[in-house]
Amino acid sequence: MAEAIAVQPDAATAGPVLEVAGLRKEFGELVAVDDVSFSVPQATSLAIVGESGSGKTTIARMIVGLERPTAGTITACGADRSAPARSARDRRRRGSEVQIVFQDPYTSLDPRQTAEATVDEVLRLHHGWPRDRRRARIAELTELVGLDGRQARALPRALSGGQRQRVAIARALAAEPRVLILDESVAALDVSIQAQVLNLLADIRDSTGVTYVLISHDLAVVRQLTDDVIVLHRGVVVERGATASVLDDPQHEYTKRLRASVPRPGWRPRRGALLGAGEEASG
Amino acid sequence: MSELMSRARAGDAAPLVTVREPRARRGAVGLLRATGAAGLASAVVIAIATVIAVIGPLIAPFSPTLVHPSLPWVGPTGGHLLGFDVEGRDVLSRLLAGATSSMLGPLAVVIGSLLAGTLLAVIAAWRRGLVDAVISSGLDILFAFPGILLAVLAAAVFGAGLPAASIALAIAYMPYVARVLRGAALKERSQPYVAALEVQGASATTICLRHIVPNIMPLIVAQATILFGYAMVDLAAISFIGLGVQPPAPNWGFMISENQVGIPQHYPLPALSAGACIVAVVIAFNVLGERLFEQAQASR
Amino acid sequence: MDQSAAAPPGAPLLLVEGLTVRLPVEGAQRAVLRDVGLSISPGEAVGLVGESGSGKSMTARAIDRLLPRGAQVAGTISYDGTDVMSLSGAAMRRYRNQVAMIFQDPRAHVNPVRRVGDFMTEALRTNLGVQPAEAATRAADMLGQVGIADGRRRLRQYPHELSGGMLQRVMIATALLTEPKLLLADEPTTALDVTTQAEVMAILDDLRREFGLAMLFITHDLELAAAICDRTAVMYAGQIVEVRQSALLHDDPLHPYTAALAAARPDIAQTAPRLAAIPGRPLSAFEAPEEECAFAPRCPHVRDICRAETPELVGLNGGLSRCARAIELRGQLTPAHAPDGGSDG
Repeated sequence: MAEAIAVQPDAATAGPVLEVAGLRKEFGELVAVDDVSFSVPQATSLAIVGESGSGKTTIARMIVGLERPTAGTITACGADRSAPARSARDRRRRGSEVQIVFQDPYTSLDPRQTAEATVDEVLRLHHGWPRDRRRARIAELTELVGLDGRQARALPRALSGGQRQRVAIARALAAEPRVLILDESVAALDVSIQAQVLNLLADIRDSTGVTYVLISHDLAVVRQLTDDVIVLHRGVVVERGATASVLDDPQHEYTKRLRASVPRPGWRPRRGALLGAGEEASG
Repeated sequence: MSELMSRARAGDAAPLVTVREPRARRGAVGLLRATGAAGLASAVVIAIATVIAVIGPLIAPFSPTLVHPSLPWVGPTGGHLLGFDVEGRDVLSRLLAGATSSMLGPLAVVIGSLLAGTLLAVIAAWRRGLVDAVISSGLDILFAFPGILLAVLAAAVFGAGLPAASIALAIAYMPYVARVLRGAALKERSQPYVAALEVQGASATTICLRHIVPNIMPLIVAQATILFGYAMVDLAAISFIGLGVQPPAPNWGFMISENQVGIPQHYPLPALSAGACIVAVVIAFNVLGERLFEQAQASR
Repeated sequence: MDQSAAAPPGAPLLLVEGLTVRLPVEGAQRAVLRDVGLSISPGEAVGLVGESGSGKSMTARAIDRLLPRGAQVAGTISYDGTDVMSLSGAAMRRYRNQVAMIFQDPRAHVNPVRRVGDFMTEALRTNLGVQPAEAATRAADMLGQVGIADGRRRLRQYPHELSGGMLQRVMIATALLTEPKLLLADEPTTALDVTTQAEVMAILDDLRREFGLAMLFITHDLELAAAICDRTAVMYAGQIVEVRQSALLHDDPLHPYTAALAAARPDIAQTAPRLAAIPGRPLSAFEAPEEECAFAPRCPHVRDICRAETPELVGLNGGLSRCARAIELRGQLTPAHAPDGGSDG
């Protein structure tokens, strides 16, 4: 079952499946993203870590084409996507390369569509398959994300947050993307459900070979799911490296502060000790 | 991020209780039932008026245009339940036959203004930026023109009659519809599910037609019912001043006009019965429209 | 049940017993809290941890008399010996001065067209009759205490001019102005960045100790509660399922749910081959079956006895646990090797 959905490594693009160079985004006077570059090899997982105002969500939106970069290039599956898509076919092609799962399960599904209809719409968009074949694929996808028949035929309002995220993941996978961007996709879930979805994401990665780009502020989730990490602060990359090394032995002040702020057994919050030198208590 | 986080922690945000059991999808019947007794009664009145509009001329007991020169103002006698009007025509038959033009006019106005208004609202909401600014400014200018004024102008240019008056009113109502729908469409357009569809590569037309419009449909329906009432009153006024339906075709608004001389002469029935029909239908539409609107707000 | 088994000796400041709350939802009365009991001693910080539907927020609202209309309340809530549910008028206002609440999203609880100084000093001026000038001085001083410099200038600003973290600190300062004895903090840092959260938590902790306040700290994060609370209670499906000293909660839990919750969280220090996820999803009180343990369907240690009746809270080693097998499972609950990956979440 899962083999049918496996991402075919493209021999022609043996290089990184996603590459971003000198990316910059300005909103009027504000520089949200400043000279960000990174590259993601096939079948690995990268985390982009930062707090609000770091620019991480803006980067995600630029990669999937929801925002237009002010400067810099974005290349996915060997094709440049720094400029908006020029044709419907182009848009669909890009949709089949990079997909995204958003944070809020309560608004990322059309409230009038069942899970099956949501996935079906994507299938119809990307493939000209007859109904039987689509139905079979819908069944495969809903099973892959752990939804039973009743849930697949349900409207979003009958589903819990975790179930809705599963539908959103199925919808994204229906396009058979090489890269899946997870924009804080587990942040709004209860702890016990978050664990289920993280396990699910790991399983999907194992069986389909998809590449993840995880946008998150949660360092523990980042540790669990990703191989590499870049840390953003106010639009600038302040540190990068293998997730384990960066989290175990952070080099930059900001990364250290981030690490030190995470509650864990035995942790005690300390005033002022967390502020960088010369920085106002801005939070 | 913070706004989403605080909203999405189900159970802590506005609904104090997380109710997650599946609720059967509410069809039209369920929606109607939810509008309460007043809503139901209004729906019945509207249904009756619609039926009469369709078959009125067929079930009229007498000819609505046949003049009896010797019988003006005669009260209810024989089979003439509502008596005769100023020209000696059977009032009841004129009411029944007049339902068609009295209902058809507002229907055309509503359909016209909704189509144009929805189109503009969705385009403005989808494109945002400059396109939205231009459309909104254009609508603001149109807002300045009262419906009846535009209808009078249309009559002056194109001649009196229902089509010209209806089109003029549709143009006058369109900015109102567009403004209300633009807000709702903007809200839908900024939802993540629309972004997800964009990332999938779906075209703007597909997303607007298959997702945005259906999700604002309850609002559109509520608007339609409210506007029908307004259109009926405005068209009746236009017919009253002689610029709408032309005699001898029956029309409730015109019936008030031609029979108003009977009121001070103690023959109020023809004029008042026509007025009562208008009032009944308008109130029914207003009540139903408001109830539907409430339901639309509640179920989001 | 004897709540004081886990609490410090002495008369409690706040005592909740047998609290059961039903809310009207779509016509029917649904239970959201079932037989909740809690005690907080003067100067003590108690954490209340739970997931969606656990009832933790509802408990705080019940204590602060903020339940929605139509709520049916059974049981007692006493503050300093007085029954809270029977208060009204002036006595109620005095109670609200003594018990201050801080909410999760400050922007939702603040009037955007009023200046910061206005709403900060409102309670002082209207309830306590303090002169405006004096109230402003106190407010500015308190802003300094929560780490906001230039208090006088801030008092003249509007809420939208402040960041989320700063506004939350203003809310804490506002709460402290009426010199309350008990602070109810409902997920005060959930909507904040993690570094801001650490700073705000530190301020809360410091000031609480400095003023000798008792606190009920509500959160979904077990470690966060343990960081500043002496004792922590865990809620599930509208019931208290465990009460324990915070330091022991993670390493020596008494209830399978607590253990599972702690184990389900990813660890920042290492990658687990698979997270120990709890199958199914958290239930609300009205979804839980009446005559059995609410956690039974998801519990890795379930036996027949668990489905026989709703377990009572039993005292154990200085803590409380609502598990039918609590004594039997003593010491075996960490790390929970629960079967994972159910599809109901």
